[in-house]
Amino acid sequence: MATDRKIGDVVLDVRNISLSFGGVKALSDISFDVREHEIRAIIGPNGAGKSSMLNCINGVYMPQEGAISFRGRTFMHMNSRQVAEMGLARTFQNLALFKGMSVLDNIMTGRNLKMKCNLFQQAIRWGAAEREECAQREQVERIIDFLEIQPYRKTPVGRLSYGLQKRVDLGRALAMEPSLLLLDEPMAGMNVEEKQDMSRFILDLNDEFGTTIVLIEHDMGVVMDISDRVVVLDYGRKIGDGAPDEVRLDPDVISAYLGTTH
Amino acid sequence: MQATFPRLMLDHARRRPEAPALREKHLGIWQTTSWRALATLVGEIAAGLAEAGMRRDDHLIVVGENRPRLYAAMLAAQVLGAVPIPLYQDAVADEFVFPITNAEVGFAIVEDQEQVDKMIEVRGRCTHLGRVWYDDPRGLRHYAEPGLAPLDALVESGRAWLASRPGWLEDAVAEVGADDVAAIFFTSGTTGNPKGVVHTHRSLIASARAAADFDRLTDAEEVLAYLPPAWIGQNTFSYAQWLACGYVVNCPESASTVNIDLNDIGPTYYFAPPRVFEGLLTTVTIRMEDASAPKKWLFRHFMAVARRVGPALLDGRRVGLADRLHHALGQLLIYGPLRNTLGLSRVRVAYTAGEAIGPDLFTFYRSIGINLKQLYGSTETAVFVCVQPDDEARADTVGLPLKGVELRIDDRGEIFVKSHGLLREYYRNPEATAEVLTADGWFRTGDAGFLDAGGHLKIIDRAKDVGRLAGGPDDGAMFAPKYVENKLKFFPYVKEAVAYGDRRASVCAMVNIDFEAVGNWAEKRNLAYAGYADLAQKPEVIELVRDCVEKVNADLARDDKLAGSQISRFLVLHKELDADDGELTRTRKVRRGFIAERYQVLVDALYAGLDHQYVETPVKFEDGRSGMVAADLKIVDTKIFPALRKAA
Repeated sequence: MATDRKIGDVVLDVRNISLSFGGVKALSDISFDVREHEIRAIIGPNGAGKSSMLNCINGVYMPQEGAISFRGRTFMHMNSRQVAEMGLARTFQNLALFKGMSVLDNIMTGRNLKMKCNLFQQAIRWGAAEREECAQREQVERIIDFLEIQPYRKTPVGRLSYGLQKRVDLGRALAMEPSLLLLDEPMAGMNVEEKQDMSRFILDLNDEFGTTIVLIEHDMGVVMDISDRVVVLDYGRKIGDGAPDEVRLDPDVISAYLGTTH
Repeated sequence: MQATFPRLMLDHARRRPEAPALREKHLGIWQTTSWRALATLVGEIAAGLAEAGMRRDDHLIVVGENRPRLYAAMLAAQVLGAVPIPLYQDAVADEFVFPITNAEVGFAIVEDQEQVDKMIEVRGRCTHLGRVWYDDPRGLRHYAEPGLAPLDALVESGRAWLASRPGWLEDAVAEVGADDVAAIFFTSGTTGNPKGVVHTHRSLIASARAAADFDRLTDAEEVLAYLPPAWIGQNTFSYAQWLACGYVVNCPESASTVNIDLNDIGPTYYFAPPRVFEGLLTTVTIRMEDASAPKKWLFRHFMAVARRVGPALLDGRRVGLADRLHHALGQLLIYGPLRNTLGLSRVRVAYTAGEAIGPDLFTFYRSIGINLKQLYGSTETAVFVCVQPDDEARADTVGLPLKGVELRIDDRGEIFVKSHGLLREYYRNPEATAEVLTADGWFRTGDAGFLDAGGHLKIIDRAKDVGRLAGGPDDGAMFAPKYVENKLKFFPYVKEAVAYGDRRASVCAMVNIDFEAVGNWAEKRNLAYAGYADLAQKPEVIELVRDCVEKVNADLARDDKLAGSQISRFLVLHKELDADDGELTRTRKVRRGFIAERYQVLVDALYAGLDHQYVETPVKFEDGRSGMVAADLKIVDTKIFPALRKAA
């Protein structure tokens, strides 16, 4: 699985995307690209359109204008299932986990697309279904090991701290073995230590598995430390794009985000 | 042939090749290494090390949690006649510099990236350290440090090297004798540099075997290795005795899963320091608080029964039929399920050591049917000096000298030990060696104690802290401050205590209340208070502490030698003793001398017979500011009990 991390060609290309809800223009004419193996951040103040952008990429929203190409295929709008099958996974800003289910089962749901057996076989759990479950479980265990959540395997997710729930959310996305991972504010609401842990997981993931990562983040410090390139949005417009150091010095960005309070 | 660790391993591999030697939980499943597989792995690592240049008497440091391949690495070094030195995995990089330079260590086998980073950090200062191998490659793919390689590569090269040399392992093992050095353990010195305790195969195996025979350990035991392997205790339970008995050592998945793994494995032979037992009990208590009323009632009822008859049953004493039946019902409803929840239902022998254990805590475990016992020993004695027999376990003694151990107690109360398990020397430290080893082979423990009527050793304090009363009715009586202080601290309401009495006519004490415990106690009684200092001086609280002190006195009176150490006067301090103010060490031991100087006026008042004393104390707050606290402290006289001399 190990790949040498080398930033490659463009895998995801977003062209002139515009999205509006009635009269509200959430995104206007946004273009940017994501290269293989890179960590690409989308930042911006509240309401800048970051989550809307992510939702366009994984097919939750349908943009009125523009096109998205992923690995050479161009779509007017993406379809969620198709997107998942193409190796694109995401985590959610407000955690969409099954609170009553164990950590193990939650991550197992991420393997659903990889299962071949039908509902009936899975219900009986015999022969092929059992073998398949064992194989899938092994993958899930690797993720549990990677994210260091072994003590909570059988704990219902609802009983875990917020920081750990975020980790489980990431685990479920990883279960799909994505080649491109969309992270929606992976560090929102965390304390400093949890943020450091999460940053390390993101870097390790990118490094060990070569996963391309697009992340939305509010915490400027974290973004500048871990990402290769940054897109800055403000009120649905793109106002900056480049390496963290360039973006940091861009006067538009400073006035829109860094220099003002929201 | 004399036993060495590699010989013991080969012997198990020959006699019972498919029996499990080690288990480790990997990807959620316990994976077993058989003795045969272990011998193969050890052979490959040893061959790899030999090829990498390791020779007889070279030193290898092993740093990490309990991992099967790290245990194999220690065996591999011993195969070559080289010496493994396990070091504490949670030490910071700087702490590695002394052992590595002192022992001129050339090789290291470490667990993971965390340890590799430390090795790289100290390398500039440790010029001998040429080769470092790591067990877990995560995060290390891009490290280009010269001499750094994965353990897999070492195993691989060893395998290739062995291919053309059949029988090499057996020949190498035969060349190492029982009197060769088996391991060096660095003791964490509180002052000055740590000392490397040198043990031979003979000393470690003799001590391990004597204790194993005492407890009738077999090859069917299950042990969970969860304490640092650099500590000789863990190294004995999961290495020396493991190889001597051939039982199974289980390595937990990670430090945070120990309780889950304890439940999975259900060890039969278990060791934990008192704080672990305390932690387990706290979890039980908290969960019982949340339980429904009938469950709470059942728990309280049957725990009372257990306290009354449990220890007697475990000791094999006579118990009435009604009590027996009552206890059996409790076994079914409470004790059995409780032991199971704790993961201790299969425990046949459990030990605690390292510090004094409170009688309530000790009795709790014994009363629910866990054969918890105490032992006494140190790194220098290869652990076992005294051990409690199954039916003579007491909270305040440490048991009978083990077979082959001789004890001598000098007139100052200091304990000397002679046994097969004694250290050979401190590594490259002849002065320190001469201080503890006498010419005629006795080891000076530095602990003070005495043998009670039943021949059980009782440890009371460090020998240098033991004093004598001077003047007064108990002139010349032995005074052991820590012994008295510990007895006070076993009460939940007492957080710290400092006792004075050396070269004085009587014993006086200053007590710190436990703010949380006493605060709760006060709330339940609708006792209003404004803060720590106020609570500490409430007459009700002082009565509460007086009660504790008098119980301690009654207890001390029962002891012929220590009856003179009863506390005649005490006061409750207005502030918590704090390491930031220099009153405690960082490991939370009271600095008696410093406190006496700082609170000179209080000590004087205690001995001058005053009934209150005003005091002002400078304090440092956590944000770095400093200020003064002032209070008028009441001083209380307590009841002294006549010594109950034992009839001869």
